[in-house]
Amino acid sequence: MTAVEDPAAAVDLPPAKEVGQARRRKEDARLITGKTTWTDNMVLPGMLHLAVLRSPVAHGRITHLDVSAAKERPNVVAVYTGADLAEEQGSLPCAWPVTPDMVNPGHPSIAVEQVNHVGEAVAVVVARSRTAAADALEAIDVDYEPLPVVLDMEQAVQEGSPLVHDSTSSNTSYHFVFDAGEAGTGTDTDQAFADADVTVSRRFVQQRLIPAFMEPRSVVVQPAGDNYTMWSATQIPHILRVMAAMVTGIPEHKLRVIAPDVGGGFGGKLQVNPEEILCLLIARRLGKPVKWTETRGESLMTAHHGRDQVQFIDVAADRDGTVRGLRVRLLADMGAYLRLITPGVPALGAFMFPGIYKFPAYRFECDGVFTNKVPTDAYRGAGRPEATFAIERIMDELAVELGMDPLELRRKNWIGAEEFPFTTVAGLEYDSGDYHQATEAALELLGYDELRAEQQRRRESGDPVQLGIGFSTFTEMCGLAPSRVLGSLAFGAGGWEQASIRMLPTGKVEVVTGSTPHGQGHETAWSQIVADQLGVPFEDVEVLHGDTAISSRGLDTYGSRSLVVGGTAVVKAAEKVVEKARVIAAHLLEANADDLEFTGGKFSVRGTPGAGVGIQEVALAIFAAHDYPEGIEPSIDAEATFDPENFSFPHGTHICAMEIDTETGFAKIRKYACVDDVGTIVNPLIVEGQVHGGLAQGIAQAMYEEAIYDAEGNLTTGSFVDYLVPAASDLPHFDTGNTVHAATSNPLGAKGVGEAGCIASTPAVVNAALDAVRHLGVTDIRMPLTPERVWRAIHAGGDGGDRAAEGSNAYGGARTTESGIEEAQQ
Amino acid sequence: MTQINVRVDGASYTDDVEPRTLLVHYLREQLGKVGTVVGCDTSNCGACTVHLDGQAVKSCTVFAVQADGCQVTTIEGVATGEGDGATLHPVQRAFHEMHGLQCGFCTPGMIMASIDLLKENPDPSDEEVREGIEGNLCRCTGYQNIVRAVRQAAAEMNGKAADDPQAEPAAVDTAAAEHVAVQA
Ligand code: FES
Ligand code: FES
Repeated sequence: MTAVEDPAAAVDLPPAKEVGQARRRKEDARLITGKTTWTDNMVLPGMLHLAVLRSPVAHGRITHLDVSAAKERPNVVAVYTGADLAEEQGSLPCAWPVTPDMVNPGHPSIAVEQVNHVGEAVAVVVARSRTAAADALEAIDVDYEPLPVVLDMEQAVQEGSPLVHDSTSSNTSYHFVFDAGEAGTGTDTDQAFADADVTVSRRFVQQRLIPAFMEPRSVVVQPAGDNYTMWSATQIPHILRVMAAMVTGIPEHKLRVIAPDVGGGFGGKLQVNPEEILCLLIARRLGKPVKWTETRGESLMTAHHGRDQVQFIDVAADRDGTVRGLRVRLLADMGAYLRLITPGVPALGAFMFPGIYKFPAYRFECDGVFTNKVPTDAYRGAGRPEATFAIERIMDELAVELGMDPLELRRKNWIGAEEFPFTTVAGLEYDSGDYHQATEAALELLGYDELRAEQQRRRESGDPVQLGIGFSTFTEMCGLAPSRVLGSLAFGAGGWEQASIRMLPTGKVEVVTGSTPHGQGHETAWSQIVADQLGVPFEDVEVLHGDTAISSRGLDTYGSRSLVVGGTAVVKAAEKVVEKARVIAAHLLEANADDLEFTGGKFSVRGTPGAGVGIQEVALAIFAAHDYPEGIEPSIDAEATFDPENFSFPHGTHICAMEIDTETGFAKIRKYACVDDVGTIVNPLIVEGQVHGGLAQGIAQAMYEEAIYDAEGNLTTGSFVDYLVPAASDLPHFDTGNTVHAATSNPLGAKGVGEAGCIASTPAVVNAALDAVRHLGVTDIRMPLTPERVWRAIHAGGDGGDRAAEGSNAYGGARTTESGIEEAQQ
Repeated sequence: MTQINVRVDGASYTDDVEPRTLLVHYLREQLGKVGTVVGCDTSNCGACTVHLDGQAVKSCTVFAVQADGCQVTTIEGVATGEGDGATLHPVQRAFHEMHGLQCGFCTPGMIMASIDLLKENPDPSDEEVREGIEGNLCRCTGYQNIVRAVRQAAAEMNGKAADDPQAEPAAVDTAAAEHVAVQA
């Protein structure tokens, strides 16, 4: 892999030997042999098992709850209701109040008087075995007085709608506005629309999705006196520890959180779960270790969901295609409660709607809306996939309106390679990239010209199978990121990351990272970085993570921040180790520290490269500490915290070629090619794997997945039978590539890769589907592109198909709303 | 309680189990064979796949009593030899070589299903691999590297080792070979 010449890449790092290599992963050894430490593997002496009774109604008052029979069941130790725990349970944290007047009704871990979504905890059984706990749930007697169920966001915000929470005056939690004109980053939006030749308006639905990590959530809590150890299948052991301490009153220093091997997350394990708090409360009450492991049904029903927005978007342009203005109004479904970063997800996306285009004017408004559904929260990309979808879809619609080629329209409006750094209308400074270069490379990978010719032939011959080609040329903001910017957005945590390096006496190296992986290969990538930095063998490095007793500070893993922020913290720590070791080496070599150079792991006096002392030898020398200069601390260990100056901005061009059988509505990806620029690539194998996984999830949103509630608020996609996580046979082969323009905000030049595929692919797929059948009169198809929806769109013509299909699937057919942008803006 | 006799990964066990105990729970909870995991409760994910008398089964759909008198192989029994000296199964090795795993939760089941697939069809095409493992869900990899891994293992098991110039492209030892780097 060759990096593109890039002045921005002029960073002061040692020559790379390991960085850039497709190293096979260290973590695989245990994973391919079954020697893993999933939380559910934990068995502790005297451990008790929790099972949760969950509400079958979406909205109701608990009028009767009798657990006495359950308590009598064999092997049952205790049963708790919300009333039993009301005093001590506190409220689950929401760390992102996006507006000062945001309404947060609070979120009990277990319902006390009222349930607000199906699956909410109502009682907890504690028993000596998992089966005994599950069996005893049946003996609990509970009645609910039903309340009106609020499911549809557009209805929920209407005057007179029933309320989800009695304590609020409307179902709107917050109204968040970003106006570029007011912020001084753009011109007046209404004026831009008034002056433009053409405007295009669309309403897009970001259906509700389920992160569907493969390892079900699991929690074990072991009390020891007033100390507690919690193992959890979490992405965020450090944040969880802080939050759990605040919620339960267990002092933070008495609580240790361990994330052992964690089987996927995708944002779905970026949460403080009700069950984590319940396990702590119950372990404290009983003084015994407890475990809760969810079933898949519980997981799909009660772990948070993602996306779920109705988007109204307008774009204004001149006849020649120059874009003039962008207006976005969102309704974002919060579900029944605000969880950890629920309200922040759409707000984070607010800054990405302008995409890679030079809009002079931009206005964004979002209402966070309560409904009787499980809360939404982060899901791979969190806010950015939703934004990218809207802008990439409407650019195609604008192209149709103007009679322009969709790629031509994009080329005309995107930021030129020579214009970086470029401050966007949303106020972000994009640091580096080359959209043309990535696009040309992707076109070549796809075999674009041949496919366009085939498309033409199929159209002319009236082939029942039509071909379409769809683009998504995107960027995203990654590497969350400057703490001060997160502060200005009212995010409850910073954006720094911590690393420390321990030089062991035998010369081996322990790297402790605050970034906690769940499949991203930190152990390998961090070893590569440290091997280069310290000039030690890759095999001599061990990476430790995911235990607050070992990695005392950290902000964990989400938002493609690990390498960008956490990897850089490792670089900074290594630099400190080298500087400390230099002093010792100078002493050992009887030289002046300033005269030493450090290459290939060895300190030597400048001009005498043969002689010298290795850093691993220095580690042993300082361990003995028999003879070190006065005033020198006998350690060359170091730690560093890195807080980047800016976000990073991976970009890329994704192109999908889609076949649609017009007789059956069956859509099939014929070819998928993408070229991503994720900055410096530490490990191409890992980068490629991350892209593939992201593509699978983004394509799944376009084609397969949707969390569907019926009119009573039951999740009808409550198992893997109905919630269609794609299998190998559902997905195509991906042709992937990279361009490399280093990020300028971190010395590695890394931009982040975890979310790229997921963000970019969804609009590429939908644009391809529309390109295949637009000549048949189809103007939009709502996701996912089920055969029924596609068939109806073709056979009803226009967007009638979309409406019909939507009515037939979402909310059990109860839903007919099709409000336009004008209406929505009133 | 019913008494069962099973051989699991080469060792014999005689145990009392409740008739309703699923094989996967017996393996995990009674034998401590925690390499086999549970990902769903509807027999859709394949995370729990083991071999029962040489055939891949989802151990969440088999009662422990049905394994009475049978041979069970789990992920913990597919490598030969023990400890540091163990020789990985070619499929295990190929998953590592081709980066066919990320979080690794689906991986034991995937490997067990893939071994069984290669027994049925020693030289599958990409399409046949995709169909062959469609009962196993992976949320991380997008499957492409799993397909490569299975093809590479097939090539190796068929004796088409890397030094065979006629080997299938999938057997080339650079999983990133299809991933194109662009130079300015
Ligand atoms: S756990 Fe057996 S198929 Fe999912
Ligand atoms: S590697 Fe994570 S589910 Fe397959």
